[in-house]
Amino acid sequence: MPFIPHTTQDVEAMLATIGVSALDDLFCEIPANLRCDPPKLLPALNEMEITRLMAQRSAQDGGMLGFLGAGAYDHHIPAAVWEITTRGEYYSAYTPYQAEASQGTLQVIYEFQSMIAGLTAMEVSNASLYDGASGAAEAVLMAVRCSRKKTACIAIPATVNPRTIATIRTLISQQGIELLEIACTAQNGRIDPATLAQYNAKDILALLIPQPNYFGLLEDVDLLTDWAHAQGALVVGIVNPLALGILKPPGEWGSQGADIACGEGQPLGIPLSSGGPYFGFFACKKQWLRQLPGRIVGRTQDREGKRGFVLTMQAREQHIRRSKATSNICTNQGLMTVAATIYMAIMGPTGLANVAYACHDNSRKLLEQLTAIPGVERLHSGHYFHEFVVKLDRDVAKVLEELLAVGIVGGLALADNCMLVCVTETKTQADLDSYKAALADIMLRSDS
Amino acid sequence: MMVDRIIFEDSQSGRSNSHQWPKQKADCDLPPSFLRTTPPSLPEVSELEVVRHYTLLSQKNYSVDTQFYPLGSCTMKYNPRACNTLAMLPGFLSRHPLEPIETGQGVLASLYELQEMLAQVSGMAAVSLSPMAGAQGEFAGVAMIKAYHQHNGDVERVEMLVPDAAHGTNPATATLCGFRVREIDTDKNGDLDLASLKAAVGPQTAGLMLTNPSTLGVFERQIEKVVAIVHAAGGLLYYDGANLNAITGRTRPGDMGFDAIHINVHKTFATPHGGGGPGAGPVGVSERLKPFLPTPIVACDRSRQNKKYHWLYVNDCPKSIGQLSAFMGNIGVLLRAYVYLRMLGGPGMRRVADYATLNANYLLARLSAAGFSVAFPNRMASHEFILTLKPEADNYNVTALDFAKRLLDYGFYAPTIYFPMLVPECMLIEPTETESKGELDRFVDAMVAIRNEAIHNPRMVKDAPHNIPLAGVGVGRLDETQAARKPDLIWNKE
Repeated sequence: MPFIPHTTQDVEAMLATIGVSALDDLFCEIPANLRCDPPKLLPALNEMEITRLMAQRSAQDGGMLGFLGAGAYDHHIPAAVWEITTRGEYYSAYTPYQAEASQGTLQVIYEFQSMIAGLTAMEVSNASLYDGASGAAEAVLMAVRCSRKKTACIAIPATVNPRTIATIRTLISQQGIELLEIACTAQNGRIDPATLAQYNAKDILALLIPQPNYFGLLEDVDLLTDWAHAQGALVVGIVNPLALGILKPPGEWGSQGADIACGEGQPLGIPLSSGGPYFGFFACKKQWLRQLPGRIVGRTQDREGKRGFVLTMQAREQHIRRSKATSNICTNQGLMTVAATIYMAIMGPTGLANVAYACHDNSRKLLEQLTAIPGVERLHSGHYFHEFVVKLDRDVAKVLEELLAVGIVGGLALADNCMLVCVTETKTQADLDSYKAALADIMLRSDS
Repeated sequence: MMVDRIIFEDSQSGRSNSHQWPKQKADCDLPPSFLRTTPPSLPEVSELEVVRHYTLLSQKNYSVDTQFYPLGSCTMKYNPRACNTLAMLPGFLSRHPLEPIETGQGVLASLYELQEMLAQVSGMAAVSLSPMAGAQGEFAGVAMIKAYHQHNGDVERVEMLVPDAAHGTNPATATLCGFRVREIDTDKNGDLDLASLKAAVGPQTAGLMLTNPSTLGVFERQIEKVVAIVHAAGGLLYYDGANLNAITGRTRPGDMGFDAIHINVHKTFATPHGGGGPGAGPVGVSERLKPFLPTPIVACDRSRQNKKYHWLYVNDCPKSIGQLSAFMGNIGVLLRAYVYLRMLGGPGMRRVADYATLNANYLLARLSAAGFSVAFPNRMASHEFILTLKPEADNYNVTALDFAKRLLDYGFYAPTIYFPMLVPECMLIEPTETESKGELDRFVDAMVAIRNEAIHNPRMVKDAPHNIPLAGVGVGRLDETQAARKPDLIWNKE
């Protein structure tokens, strides 16, 4: 039987030990009228058959030259990352409750926390959350717990990824928290510090600052951080961890640094996989440690003074605190943090910076090439990391469809015939040239 | 030697793996005000050092692939390797979540079929795959119940009922959804106390969250009465799918009358636990909660000659509680569950429940015959059962924790201990269907041997573990109190 080792003799001996005569008898406590037949599912396949089916389906998918970003990014992943990550000892272990028999997973998480703290320049990190967007929602909930203000007003700039905002809305919907949208003009694409004065700042208990923001642009994080702190508000930085190879880390924003840094961890060695699994990283200043959501690993020692690692500060968590827990979260994204830790260890500080530089360099080149095409203009001005918005003089959806027909996913359609384009280190000059040639051809053939 | 070192301790300034780097010049035109002034604190180690370090570290773990792992309530069964290999095929891995549906018909077809099969197995009207873990599925389920009442103008329903034996996530989730939590007692036979339930329900009742079989490892025999009482009071019923693997192909939550359910695919559908995630927590609902399902959901357009699959977003489902992640949930995990379900089929789903239950009752019978105390001796166990080591604690001063630590020396991961909290010195044991009779027999031998040690040489048990059979230098019992009191959470150069 698939994945069941029992022989007929085993079953007979076991039933006799239990003192029943048939497997059916084991379910005698289920009321008779609730019992059912086995479900009618698609017919069972053996491994050879399912391998063939999945190979066909996989071959149907992907395979495009892609310039999509918007929160998930195509990066080179060293072969060693997933070779090691999918070792059975990591893959098929559980949350390390029995620390002495789980030192592998625990030490990896401790190293992960250390690397995330290093990358963000924050003092402490947790063991990860489900993804960047749900992590941002946890940051909002945490800010409410940390703040001394009586209000529950969180300022969210319109430059935060709309998918993150939607997720935050779902997850905090029942908490009576007000989300105050900080507007930005379509042309500017960034939070304009000059407009902040119009808000009732004394009610704001936290400001979320994306870096880079949804449009790829770099926010004036120092000024925004100092402004928020001057109003007695906390600062939550939502950052791209790969960009932190070169960008100023949240812990160094403004004069005091951000209070919480979180974001989507996917760029650190996690495949795109149609959207998941990814992981959210989450770091903060030490003073907020007791309000951190999720699992945390700490270093300790055994009775002989030997170094070891354990899950710690579990008094915050649902299995102890029940209805008073800091979050209902049980797991972290264990295996994803193994991959990210190996990725960061292989790349090192210089490698990560080099990838970030290459992403920026490639996007700069593509932007130059695309805006040389008549009818294509850059929407914003100002500095960006590896994404930018271009405006077309015609229907963007139709242009993207025509690009798809020649094997190019050109970007993400935004309002007003704009599109968000991303270029990472994986693209060669030839890739950029193909994109330019295809778009130029389409723009030439179709009418504006 | 590296096995006992932290990766940062092997870092040497200037060591690098430049074959992994892009070839562009490492420079940019961004103004210094945007840039970091010092490089991030990351280790500088060679690729071999990384590979060796993390390979050796992996060997310091117990796992299902290497040990019997009878962790109650967690369902540590074999994770078929085909599920991993096939979910990691290049077409699946390389596709960006926002690509047009034309480039994702393979993955969408698989997810659509998974949705349909999960609905069949659970007996629910519809399923959304989007929650990223069981706890998030729970959030979605309870949020849907809330949305349903609000939609009906029933805003006075502010209380969620939760059995005292429930997983901690249940009350935590209810609070997160803005409900007041009210606990319901369990009777001495492990069933929900109907008198306590009747006394608790009223116009303020939003619903009841229930695990069935319960966390006590027994089937809720009066489930039909429980459902009737809650529904009569105007409340809805939430099924915590943690123990769904005990009943697949034998009975269905939908038929019992549940309105919402989450499914832990890492339990029932054999996806890996990964050292604590990623999981996935699909939710199923009865007809009346269908409009509130979280998005996105996979839909199939059958009007064309070739089926075409697409996503339904919030705009397509205006009453939806919304999206729970940036994209579409943990698709890679769901693909693994799909492969598993396709390999088992309907009869295989019944075998999961049958052999998990057979193994649990066999292990219970053997441990009981060996003189251990069973928490609910007059009940048939489900896929798991509870021992109470209170007699051993009283007689030999050796606790469930001590037994657990000593089991590690014998090469077994320990069962869940001190949960559920109702039973003193408890051990919640779940063998799963993928373990052989021989493995279960060896576990019984170890338990008996440890009890003998407890009688004749209690220090051996109280000071365990001594010699965990793993590579490298092991650690003894770790000081968790010190870890919490003086948190050391990140590495600092000393």
